[in-house]
Amino acid sequence: MRKVANEIKRLRIDRPIRLMEVCGGHTEAIYRFALRDLLPDWIELTSGPGCPVCVTPNGFIDHAVALARLSGVTIATFGDLVRVPGSTQSLAQIRARGGDVRVFYSPMDALYWTRQHPERTVVFLGIGFETTACTIAAVVQECARDGPANFRMLSALKTMPCALAALLSAPDVHIDGLILPGHVTTVTGMADFQFIAHRFAVPCVVSGFEPLDLMETILMLCRQINEGRAKVENQYLRVVRSEGNLHAQKAISRVFKSCDMEWRGFGSISLSGLSLADEFSYLDATHIQVEVEPIREHPGCRCGEVLRGVCRPDDCALFATACTPEEPCGACMVSSEGACAAVYHFAPVADER
Amino acid sequence: MCLALPMKLLSRSGDWGIGEIGGVRRQVMLTLTPEANVGQYVIVHTGYAIEILDEDEAERTMDLLDKIGAMES
Repeated sequence: MRKVANEIKRLRIDRPIRLMEVCGGHTEAIYRFALRDLLPDWIELTSGPGCPVCVTPNGFIDHAVALARLSGVTIATFGDLVRVPGSTQSLAQIRARGGDVRVFYSPMDALYWTRQHPERTVVFLGIGFETTACTIAAVVQECARDGPANFRMLSALKTMPCALAALLSAPDVHIDGLILPGHVTTVTGMADFQFIAHRFAVPCVVSGFEPLDLMETILMLCRQINEGRAKVENQYLRVVRSEGNLHAQKAISRVFKSCDMEWRGFGSISLSGLSLADEFSYLDATHIQVEVEPIREHPGCRCGEVLRGVCRPDDCALFATACTPEEPCGACMVSSEGACAAVYHFAPVADER
Repeated sequence: MCLALPMKLLSRSGDWGIGEIGGVRRQVMLTLTPEANVGQYVIVHTGYAIEILDEDEAERTMDLLDKIGAMES
């Protein structure tokens, strides 16, 4: 690690540079292993919209909460989403009042549970990026083949390349290099990200999740910046193939179609989401009639700015005062991958708070 | 949330397999990695293998995790 850190220091880039990671797993690793402490002060690391729970907007939570209120409906979800505050309530609060909200590790587990409970309409909350979308696509195909008839899906699935383009187009965002998400790229391959490097002249490196992986990635980005190159390179060679996982890509393109998608902090981004393709649209939970409350944002919460990398978690007045992992006001404080939670748990108290 | 871990594939039957990491075994779906063979490491996300790993590289990751675990304990 020190060797790589020394190598970075030797590069002597003569200006401050900002590198952004866009994967919650990277965010957590950077803070957990205090990688900033190993880097020279001219490198600033900032977190982007890489935590699926964090970028899920209030409107989606509100929709899930409204469905959870219906008798006969079970909400099946990944665990992180349960405590994210909606406009007035979280799924955890609805569950405490008797709503049937169940956490599953795998969408396939949710499908099994659905088979065993034909009396319930089970709505699976599809959140995540391409990494997760392919696994949900596999489950949707399984459901279409063998049932059950009582499985539905509410999609907030997102795709990374268009979101990165929207991020880099924003006038208040300045990024010198992108640490690309290793497991999204495992699925998509590297070609989907080439246009980012070209159009915005931003160096990109696909990274693994070990501390050493991230340090090597930062070194590779600094070398590109130093040499005036802007390419998509791959540090995570042991997993990511340049063409990605073709089976996974096929499952995604078969089951889903691109749609505009709402992101916390960004609003609607054109073609950055996935909704069920026509063949599978009978499984779409948006067909269930339900009244969703009007969207309200917490007045002091700056999660949106944090997700665009224009505000640090501890710049927010709510940070570690009104907003803590135990009682979060904003989504970025809920998941351990959220930038606010990562700073709260791992940043040195004297420096950061 | 895109957390994924390398698991050693102990057995497979059609699209189903049993994977193991650190002594823990669980069912792994192989729908997205139909070419995975018993004895290989697969990278598992939400119960699905999303890629096959080179064994040497997986062992290296496990060694690294063990070392970090030893440092933390």
